[in-house]
Amino acid sequence: MLRLLSFALFLATWWTAALFVGGAKLPSPPTVLQVMTAEASSGALFLHLGATLARVALAFTLAMSLGSAIGYLMGRVKLADRLGDPWLILLLNLPALVVIVLAYIWAGLTEAAAIAAIAINKLPTAIVTLREGARALDRSLDEMASVFAMPRWRAFRHVVLPQLAPYIAASARSGLSLVWKIVLVAELLGRPNGVGFEIGVAFQLFDTPRLLAYSLTFAAVVLVIETLLVQPFEARANRWRPRAA
Amino acid sequence: MRLEVEITGKTFRSAAGGTHEVLAPVRFALQSGEVGVLIGPSGCGKSTMLRIILGLDRDFAGRIARPPEARIGMVFQEPRLLPWRSVEQNVRLAAPEVSDAKLSELFRILELEAHRSHFPGELSLGLARRVALARAFAVEPDLLVLDEPLASLDDALAGRLRDEIATLVASRPMMTLLVTHSLDDAIRLGDRLFFLSPRPARIVQELPIAIPRAARSEAEIAAIRTELARRIQAEQGDVHAGRDVP
Repeated sequence: MLRLLSFALFLATWWTAALFVGGAKLPSPPTVLQVMTAEASSGALFLHLGATLARVALAFTLAMSLGSAIGYLMGRVKLADRLGDPWLILLLNLPALVVIVLAYIWAGLTEAAAIAAIAINKLPTAIVTLREGARALDRSLDEMASVFAMPRWRAFRHVVLPQLAPYIAASARSGLSLVWKIVLVAELLGRPNGVGFEIGVAFQLFDTPRLLAYSLTFAAVVLVIETLLVQPFEARANRWRPRAA
Repeated sequence: MRLEVEITGKTFRSAAGGTHEVLAPVRFALQSGEVGVLIGPSGCGKSTMLRIILGLDRDFAGRIARPPEARIGMVFQEPRLLPWRSVEQNVRLAAPEVSDAKLSELFRILELEAHRSHFPGELSLGLARRVALARAFAVEPDLLVLDEPLASLDDALAGRLRDEIATLVASRPMMTLLVTHSLDDAIRLGDRLFFLSPRPARIVQELPIAIPRAARSEAEIAAIRTELARRIQAEQGDVHAGRDVP
């Protein structure tokens, strides 16, 4: 209920602002809604949204699985940490734009280049978070598992993984928001479809209603995924805690 | 089955660069069906010795001989349960082969029936200890190691838990190693008592108790206690055998 109220307040503010600023710079909600329905009925909205979502899903999965594995290794094995650390610092501080442009130059304006570029941008933060998680693992529980001769996989699944779950959830959440931001840039620079591409076109034509229609749909999708996927996962990972934070 | 402990020494390197001797040469052996008790002052190196015996610490001089197929059940000083698994899952994860009947019996003896599906965070220390005990017994161990299983419990609770441990230990022939600083617990639960010196730990006295565990009456226990206290004080003025020495 409170959420609806806050949404209504947002709409009201937008509408009033649109009245003052004028339709060219800030179109009113009905205008944007009109564009949205037009794009939706032509199918273009879903096509572009689908393309973007597919890229997000692929790049996110790639970065999360690779980043988690590398981060876990770096947190557990000192040598891996020593070897990987300089690269990690480099990747962490490399601007997203540099990675995207280089990927397009080296691998061409291809789908693989776009997905790789997005994944590389997200990879270091996943590594850093999971490395922290692996470093914070409780040694005394490892000892318990070893004394009771638990097989490796069972110990990993029941002793290690639950300790990493909050870190994985944190990394997924921050990573997803990063991927949402970067995917549009990658599309704007070198893809013939996707929300980013559409926003680029709208920008060139100064077509504000179209720009807003795509941005807001995109934001809505992000919000839905966040509430339906990320938050339940976090809640599940933390359900054993007597009082969830 | 037999456990042979022959540690010739163990040193720690401190952060400042110096070395500290934690264990002096220690030698003892334990047979199946026997309860050995290590008694010594806090910080004398008992836990280090246990870690070596359990194979968690391999950086020591000497050797530990235990049959490689020996199953180990361990009750750590702090219960070391998995907070994200229920009581029953905690036991089953360590002992996947445990039968439902055996598990029910253990939970009944340890009064855990009502807590099967609780998470460890919802339990008191006494209950968490019981879960740790259930876990250790559920694996049907050949070597059972109990590291101060009654510490930080009030006297009444400690007494009850001690009786439960005695019941469980008697139910199965295994090598049991109990670490405690309570002479009373040692006399009630042990067959052979090893008194340890302050750091670096060595065995200053080994005392077998002739009367079988189950046959010890309160009067005999009291007699053994006075006798032990007298001998300890006579022979080793420097051994602090704990709170129960008059």
